[in-house]
Amino acid sequence: MNIADHDGIKETLRRYILSSVSLTHLDDDANLFESGIANSLFAVQLMTFVEKAFAIEVASEDLDIENFKSLNATAAFVLHKNTGRSV
Amino acid sequence: MPIEQVGVVGAGNIGTSVVTDLVLHGISAVVVDTSEDILQRARAAVLDNVRCAPLLSKTLPRVTREEALRRMVLTTRLQDVAPCEFIVENVTESWEVKRPLYEQLDRVAAPDALIGANTSCLSITQIASVTRRAANVVGIHFMNPVHLMPTVEVIRGVHTSERALDTLRQIFARLHKQAIVVEDLPGFVSNRISHLFMNEAAFVLQDSVASAQTIDTIFKKCFGHKMGPLETADLIGLDTVMRSLDVLYESYHDSKYRCCPLLRKLVHAGHLGRKTGRGFHVYPDARHHAHQHARTESP
Repeated sequence: MNIADHDGIKETLRRYILSSVSLTHLDDDANLFESGIANSLFAVQLMTFVEKAFAIEVASEDLDIENFKSLNATAAFVLHKNTGRSV
Repeated sequence: MPIEQVGVVGAGNIGTSVVTDLVLHGISAVVVDTSEDILQRARAAVLDNVRCAPLLSKTLPRVTREEALRRMVLTTRLQDVAPCEFIVENVTESWEVKRPLYEQLDRVAAPDALIGANTSCLSITQIASVTRRAANVVGIHFMNPVHLMPTVEVIRGVHTSERALDTLRQIFARLHKQAIVVEDLPGFVSNRISHLFMNEAAFVLQDSVASAQTIDTIFKKCFGHKMGPLETADLIGLDTVMRSLDVLYESYHDSKYRCCPLLRKLVHAGHLGRKTGRGFHVYPDARHHAHQHARTESP
């Protein structure tokens, strides 16, 4: 996984989150849930998107809101899962 | 002795949410609905809810798929609730549907079984009147999603006994829920007020005063609500909101409860909210449990 892949993941996630919450700008570290950008049910929606868009299976131990709390956290999670799969 | 098995009649949106909460807290459920198709969708929805529960709450117990399956019996036979000491009814918010169901339920349930009517708006006293156990009929207005909401509005019908309320409190203690008891008139406290918000928000949208997003944002940013009225309606299901408004209108004959034409139009178009992926808002990757065809839609 290189920097280009990482940036690609982040942009895919950014587009999805922005379209879902009807915003035009999103800070990479903004907490989606504590800031009120989205309600907690969006976490399930985001997780479902991640599974589909990146062909990742989110395991039971991954079901932690910390993995989906912000754009950066979600991108790091996807990157981690992808890296884990490739080794 | 604690109740170990609860009957859940009606496996629509809120029914599956009730089953999820029971299963997460180690209580078995006998789940009844009218077709295998509805039951299979309910099974999938409960398993999905159980799987995602840790994402939404750090305090809910973690339950495996196998444990969840062991705690669910799915059936189309109403008489299978006969061994249950407590039965939660969640069928369509309509007297025409509830009346014959209660007459039948009263015949098949154990004589001292407690029945919780999970209704948005219908009078508990009216529901109890078609049974021979009015003391053991109590109104339960679960909030959605049931497993995430710690408080339940409980409605005391004219004949509901204190013993029935005590039994209910014991069950809720196991679910880590608190009951707030109110008296019985259609819509009770929560829906008599909240549906006015949701309906008027639909009128505001219809009149192009603001977008759905803006209306909800005002409630969240200005009033500090967790969700706006249109998001809430989408979560409940627009068909259920429409039916509840109709019940309130028929009950009070007050024009303030007339259903907004835009809300009715969305229902007729099949845009029922989160469960169909579109209502006042669009949910591109929401998990659709496709309850829209279930005859036993819940409040």
